[in-house]
Amino acid sequence: MIKKVRSHPTQNEPLLFERSSPGKKAYQLPALDVPEVDPAAALGGENVREEIPGFPEVSEVEVIRHFTRLSTWNYAIDLGVYPLGSCTMKYNPRINELVARLDGLAWAHPYQPETRSQGAFEVMAHLEQALEEITGMDAVTLQPAAGAQGELTGILLMRAYHEKQGNPRKKILIPDSAHGTNPATAAMVGYEVENIASNSHGMLDPEVLARAVTEDVAGIMVTNPNTLGVFERDIARAAEILHAKGALVYMDGANMNALVGIARPGDFGVDVMHLNLHKTFSTPHGGGGPGSGPVAVKKHLEPFLPAPRLKTTAEGLRLDFDRPDSIGRVRAFYGNFGVLVRALAYILAHGGNGLRNATVDAVLNANYIRRRLEPYYDLPYTAPNMHEVVFSDSKQAARGVRTGDIAKRLIDYGFHPYTVSFPLIVHGALMIEPTETEGKMEIDLLVDALISIALETENDPDVVKSAPHTTRVSRVDEVTAARRPVLRWKP
Amino acid sequence: MSTYPDTYRYTKEHEWVAVDAGIGTIGITHHAQSELGDIVYVDLPKVGAKVDAGKSFGSVESVKAVSDIYSPVSGEVTEINEALSAAPEKLNEDPHGSAWLVKIRLTAPEEIQSLMSSADYQTYIKAEQ
Repeated sequence: MIKKVRSHPTQNEPLLFERSSPGKKAYQLPALDVPEVDPAAALGGENVREEIPGFPEVSEVEVIRHFTRLSTWNYAIDLGVYPLGSCTMKYNPRINELVARLDGLAWAHPYQPETRSQGAFEVMAHLEQALEEITGMDAVTLQPAAGAQGELTGILLMRAYHEKQGNPRKKILIPDSAHGTNPATAAMVGYEVENIASNSHGMLDPEVLARAVTEDVAGIMVTNPNTLGVFERDIARAAEILHAKGALVYMDGANMNALVGIARPGDFGVDVMHLNLHKTFSTPHGGGGPGSGPVAVKKHLEPFLPAPRLKTTAEGLRLDFDRPDSIGRVRAFYGNFGVLVRALAYILAHGGNGLRNATVDAVLNANYIRRRLEPYYDLPYTAPNMHEVVFSDSKQAARGVRTGDIAKRLIDYGFHPYTVSFPLIVHGALMIEPTETEGKMEIDLLVDALISIALETENDPDVVKSAPHTTRVSRVDEVTAARRPVLRWKP
Repeated sequence: MSTYPDTYRYTKEHEWVAVDAGIGTIGITHHAQSELGDIVYVDLPKVGAKVDAGKSFGSVESVKAVSDIYSPVSGEVTEINEALSAAPEKLNEDPHGSAWLVKIRLTAPEEIQSLMSSADYQTYIKAEQ
């Protein structure tokens, strides 16, 4: 039974190009009160054109209605649970927005003199300290614009460290339960990737690792908890194995929502890691805003951090560009500053105990879902899970229903799908992360919907295989879209 | 007739190789294409590239995932299947025939001995499921 529905306006929405009619305008300019300049004379005739061919001419209200209608076809965390695993789609508290809109912060300009930027610098310094305390690391850079850039920064730091010792080394080890971006990062920094197979519990096996670690290995990129939502129990032992050969441990902090206030990567041997402020620290995620991927390091990597660094002086905070070992800038100005403000607001609004409670609730929610869904969906790895849980579609596959079908049917029940077919080590994965945002009522609705789909799979699999039925567009032809993409609208 | 030709040798990563007069023709198996689903893009090395047994030389992309292709044997690429760039769907339709990926002049023909026979490969994919 469908217990929750949301509206799907079914009217067709033409493109703005199709609404255009000559002469319509969304603006009215006053008469020119300065001497007129001939653009062709000022810019050179070849740089000037009379009009932009095919540019839509529409009124203001048409533009507003067009985008407002499109927005109603969207799904957002403000509409309901967003159970994408490993994405930590949590609620963005309104207090964050209130603080980020304070005049002095919202209107700060990156070219303001340092003496006039002390408030903004203080926000950054305070956030760096908070993230150091949360991760147990010694220094933080706030520059990277998102998680993948944080990874790249982290591995560049690792490379710079090894180069300083005289040998950049050749390989990065990556467990098969790591994030998909990790191998891409290692390859971009010029390292060869060696895959490390997980054991039957979905965990890193220290013995397998010990055989793989040689003097050629620059380090390991490990996601902890890993993409199965399982805490790497032997992480400290793994770090010892790496360190004994002079290699370093990089932790992908995408799953930090399971650790904040409970365990600190700096305490279990991690040398360098990134955080996703847009995941763990509640800043907007996905289309909602830019990301932010600060990188935290231990002391031995601090000299290599991107320049400039904030420095406390007798006159206040200043930017220190004199960093001879730095890997250089990775982002213009100071990173995505507005996002940094929101993350600090989240941390301070919660306080230490509040952050710890959020972690406990996130883990509790995922385990509650696991318990309720276990009778209906196959659980390939049974190790205790943290903030997310991964099922497989093997029970449903017998009826021809795959994880992608279940996800599409979930849309009919009013929910955003979970993460489909990832992690790769689970065949037909359903990866669910509720976060601490959700209360029991919303989680029960989600679980009831998934149970109902499991029952439909038994009784009427076609209804699942042909879902979604309630959306404006049902299944799109992904294959033709990928093989013969049409990238440009033409009249 | 078996789906998996007896004259081919197979890898755990689901590639096949057929050797004739020192030239190995390499492709992905029927099982691989069926697991990947609709293949939308194929990335192949250049002619003349050196490849090592067990190392990736290219990738195939389906609507589900991008997967590396690992070379069953070491050698130098003498020919690539140009037709696949315009028609990657051939990999779904005829993976053991017209949708071969590359031809390689073998530098270590004895490597073939460590690969699986058709019967062993079929046992292997059954166990994997």
